[in-house]
Amino acid sequence: MTAASLELSLGPVSFYWTRERYFAFYEQACHWPLTSVTLGETVCSRRRDMKLADWLEIGHQLAAAGKQVILGSQTLIESNADLRDLTRLCDNGDFLVEANDMSAVHRLSEAGLPFVGGPALNLYNVPTLEILKHAGMFRFVAPVELPGADLARLLADAREAGLALDCEVLAYGHLPLAWSSRCFTARHHQHPKDRCQFVCQDYPEGLSLTTQDDSRRLFTLNGIQTLSGACQDLRHELAEMAAMGVSAARLSPRSEGMDEVVADFDLARQGRYPAPSPLALVDAELCNGYWHGQAGMDLAPVLED
Amino acid sequence: MELVCPAGSLPALKRAVDEGANAVYFGFQNATNARQFAGLNFTDKRAREGIDYAHARGCRVFCAINTYPQQSSLAQWRAAVDQAASLQVDALILADPGLLAYAAERHPDIPRHLSVQGSATSHEALAFYHREFGIRRAVLPRVLSIHQVRDLARHSPVELEVFAFGSLCIMAEGRCYLSSYLTGESPNTHGVCSPAAHVRWEETASGRESRLNGVLIDRYRADEQAGYPTLCKGRFNVEGDVGHAIEAPTSLNTLDLLPQLAALGIKAIKIEGRQRSPAYVASVTRVWRQVLDHLHQAGDDYRPQADWSAALAPLAEGSTHTLGAYERDWK
Repeated sequence: MTAASLELSLGPVSFYWTRERYFAFYEQACHWPLTSVTLGETVCSRRRDMKLADWLEIGHQLAAAGKQVILGSQTLIESNADLRDLTRLCDNGDFLVEANDMSAVHRLSEAGLPFVGGPALNLYNVPTLEILKHAGMFRFVAPVELPGADLARLLADAREAGLALDCEVLAYGHLPLAWSSRCFTARHHQHPKDRCQFVCQDYPEGLSLTTQDDSRRLFTLNGIQTLSGACQDLRHELAEMAAMGVSAARLSPRSEGMDEVVADFDLARQGRYPAPSPLALVDAELCNGYWHGQAGMDLAPVLED
Repeated sequence: MELVCPAGSLPALKRAVDEGANAVYFGFQNATNARQFAGLNFTDKRAREGIDYAHARGCRVFCAINTYPQQSSLAQWRAAVDQAASLQVDALILADPGLLAYAAERHPDIPRHLSVQGSATSHEALAFYHREFGIRRAVLPRVLSIHQVRDLARHSPVELEVFAFGSLCIMAEGRCYLSSYLTGESPNTHGVCSPAAHVRWEETASGRESRLNGVLIDRYRADEQAGYPTLCKGRFNVEGDVGHAIEAPTSLNTLDLLPQLAALGIKAIKIEGRQRSPAYVASVTRVWRQVLDHLHQAGDDYRPQADWSAALAPLAEGSTHTLGAYERDWK
């Protein structure tokens, strides 16, 4: 069984990169076999190297390369300034928005704009999907902790209820697990958050947190966000996703080797799994536990079919 | 301001009522609430007895059904809402949009409060829940500074309840999946965080170790007091520094902020701790009743009293207190 109909999408960059790195990365992404790309800073309002105009510029390049472009909103909204940024994002006039909290949902629905529901909206059941669909949501990203079997049930029941919604699953990358008002990266460097010196930029793939005995990379600290220590990899589950009606597998950007990741997933959706090159840049502990109904950090055995 | 106190059991409920709570909150004995602990929470019969006890003494009762039903378990969550309605609770504390809609449609006369698990941190988010479900009140996540609470309160379409005392979630509530990453069970889906069934203690040559589903959370020297391995409060290694990389065990205490919260028009203050003993609930409720009465009488002359802090200090997690996110420096 293959998943040839499954689209590949690129999620927002979780980490804080330099302006040059974002532009170089998305220039490459124009050539990748992606249907849609979600852009923007979704983690921290202090990351200001990239202005909205920069994101729009990248968006237009990607759009010219045939990608659907979505702008992701900040996940944890705390201040009036955050709300003003949100308004500017929603009113950008060019691209649709991925709502990562209910502030964005409200703003977009009041403006009558269709939107994508992000992975932290906690969309676990059909009645909730119906409410969000009514508010303007046309696509949603499944919650990271939702097991595949539960997602299959959710999508089947949504179809039965006559809800036409696209669904994306985070198929590759460190999983976004938590947001705090505290910045853990700044704290590690003993900087107050308000004077963080933008240390996140020193960690283009986040800051690794391991257990005391170093037996496991547990989490990845990324400013106010905590990501999984292991990298989710659902390349062997793509056919199952396609069969249950998932429309796209979302790949989360990493700073090195992303072209290999995209190429591997492109092959995997055709049922091909080449042995990893010994020179591959991507070398992280993998996990797929959530999908298989286990602890998220687990790596369940998979069948290559 | 109203004093809203935790009722993890009937004895705790009665102690909170006796000590002057204006309202108590409770949940049923299942995953429909965010404090699913063995031996905790209420059967229908105990809830009825508790509600009668509270109502007879002028205390209101809120029912927390504040986890997120999965598509396969909608019926159980809806049954909990119906059960709370038949018990004639004074408010439902809910987080899931689908369940809020159900409650609004089936039981429109029972006020709906947005749970902290709803994770609404701005007046825009509150406007959504107000527009869609007519919520009367919202409990704010413990992520906002006092200035951010002020800005939010200025534009809020609903009454606000904020946490005043108790254990501290470092992450935005309702959007923390750390527990299920380690154990498969999270506050959202199972009403648990770092669940006890996954906890193991081991005495090793390197010290006493706490593990959660096999993962080393902390290691204690002989002279250190060991705490429950809530995963965000463990000691981990970041670039060679071993310590509380996320948060140290500590409790929120807002005695110093109370006049400001009152001035912002905050309607109610919430005491965390349904998992705590009746004696703990009684002690904390007693102190906070005094605090609110003093605030009411003294107004601008309010000063936190030394004996309040002395009474609360030994009740704190890690025996230390913080203003948490209310204070900008903590971030």
